[in-house]
Amino acid sequence: MSTLEIKDLRASVTTDAGAKEILRGVDLTVRAGETHAIMGPNGSGKSTLAYAIAGHPKYEITGGEVLLDGENVLEMSVDERARAGLFLAMQYPVEVPGVSMANFLRSAATAVRGEAPKLRTWVKEVKGAMDALEIDQTFAERSVNEGFSGGEKKRHEVLQLSLLKPKVAILDETDSGLDVDALRVVSEGVNRYKAAGDVGVLLITHYTRILKHITPDVVHVFAGGRIVESGGAELADELETNGYVKFTGAAAGVEVAS
Amino acid sequence: MSSPDTVAAAAEAGRYGQGGVPPAGAMERFTSYDVEAFEVPGGREENWRFTPMKRLRGLHDGTATFDGTAAVDVSAGGAGTGVTVETVGRDDARIGEGGVPADRVAAQAWSAFREATVVTLDGTPEPVTITLNGPGAGATAVAHLQVRTTPHTEATVVVEGRGSGALADNIEFVVADGSKLVVIVTEEWADDAVHVSGQHIALGRDATIVATSIAFGGDLVRVSPTVTYTAPGGSAELFGLGFADAGQHLEQRLLVDHSTPHCSSNVLYKNALQGKEGVTDAHTVWIGDVLIRAAAEQTETFEFNRNLVLTAHARADSVPNLEIETGEIAGAGHASATGRFDDEQLFYLQSRGIPEDVARRLVVRGFFGEILSRIPLAELRERLEAAVEAELAVTGA
Repeated sequence: MSTLEIKDLRASVTTDAGAKEILRGVDLTVRAGETHAIMGPNGSGKSTLAYAIAGHPKYEITGGEVLLDGENVLEMSVDERARAGLFLAMQYPVEVPGVSMANFLRSAATAVRGEAPKLRTWVKEVKGAMDALEIDQTFAERSVNEGFSGGEKKRHEVLQLSLLKPKVAILDETDSGLDVDALRVVSEGVNRYKAAGDVGVLLITHYTRILKHITPDVVHVFAGGRIVESGGAELADELETNGYVKFTGAAAGVEVAS
Repeated sequence: MSSPDTVAAAAEAGRYGQGGVPPAGAMERFTSYDVEAFEVPGGREENWRFTPMKRLRGLHDGTATFDGTAAVDVSAGGAGTGVTVETVGRDDARIGEGGVPADRVAAQAWSAFREATVVTLDGTPEPVTITLNGPGAGATAVAHLQVRTTPHTEATVVVEGRGSGALADNIEFVVADGSKLVVIVTEEWADDAVHVSGQHIALGRDATIVATSIAFGGDLVRVSPTVTYTAPGGSAELFGLGFADAGQHLEQRLLVDHSTPHCSSNVLYKNALQGKEGVTDAHTVWIGDVLIRAAAEQTETFEFNRNLVLTAHARADSVPNLEIETGEIAGAGHASATGRFDDEQLFYLQSRGIPEDVARRLVVRGFFGEILSRIPLAELRERLEAAVEAELAVTGA
């Protein structure tokens, strides 16, 4: 049973005009077996939350803490966080020319599992995971994300999720830029990951449509760098109908991060 | 992630129309077979401004005495079916079909050579290896090599530069109609060597060249490939990989001259640099000139130079330049980026649990792999990969 605890998390980014605070005291606890959706308007800081937890060097943590099963995540390097069981499916996965997907996946699995997977079972495992996400086998020999379409990149993020089996997965706008079929395939991949283990999911999204495929236990509204309201799945329906206007009002007086 | 090695890369990228006026027009470039037709360059000229003239051993100003010989050896395998090797005089009518010298050193080599090696490839011969031997330490030589195909030939040629001394040469690749020539040129010179090379690539109708240029060795290596299209349908894929150590000067000057319709060019050159305190900077220079003349409608071209600076005391110059005289093109673009490790790539790999040192190795190997993986000859590819590993071992990158 894993728990991700975020307590009063504050983070800023350095701009030409000096440090700019984007996260303004985020409190959130995700327990194993739970799926939390974080919804918010563009620029509310929800992607920053994802990157700050993963340890992107662009963001400076100015206060608060992040604990995974009581361990201080903020003191860990980026790779230590991943090995501790955190995973971030990125909105814009990075291209790494010259590094094959196969080499990358094996290097990642070796690191996360603490030993190199046995070649025979590994090949089978990867093939099965690719088939499940309707990814052509030829992608294994292509450079990481290079020349992939938006949908192909997202499928590969979920492929990594299914192979690395983290304790807590943060999905940052995994639904954006996907057509209906790709959304279904990707959502099914996430649901299989949820079903296979006692894991926590933090689903960051701008739209409600992915929530029709992946059912959240809790919905949070994110505005002005913090959570301004939490509720059940019905909160998403309300957002669908009324939009974010009410909540950006709740964050009034707080400058909206870009 | 905050170590000095990961400082943000300075990058620039542009497309035609955003880059402003090119610094120097390549449209009206002067060419001649006669060395005396060129003024002696002083080093400030556009096409010499990056080159350390003092290290040219007098190849540029007439003071070099050609007291050595550069043997051109064609591998035994090259004597097989479909390969003809000839030694010919200056008066052979085929000499010069590839192109005309465009700088004084190339013209010097042209004016001074007495015999040329002509390798003719016909049909689908086995891969041929041609070794270009330096004249030996302290000696200076010129050489002339022409590799040509008959129509509809498909062949692979490796040209390996080895040894010591100073060498100025011209290498012609004359690719006949419907032929595909895969060329790998390696500069594997000893530390003292100076190699100034004019490469002249002439593509016939629907002809293709896939040329990969590998520069590892030598004190000063300056290679100037020029691609011309003698008929429509030609395709040039030009790849390059350089690795400059402390004190090394590696210069690549490309000109792709689109003068006929429906031709394409794709250029990808990558350099890595690692210098050392107290030694002259490791230096790479990449010039990528692409001309699309008025007649060259439906041209498709892209060129990209990427430089990976592994240490301090290293300098990479990169000048992409696209000149277009017709609006009727299929596509044209260029980009150049120079920097240290890509922070975003490292973050991505590390976010999957891969430790930083392993992630760095992956990124650096990937940087070279993008070029080396295209080399179709396994033995050569493995040798070059091993050479990269040996270079990287110097700084532990």
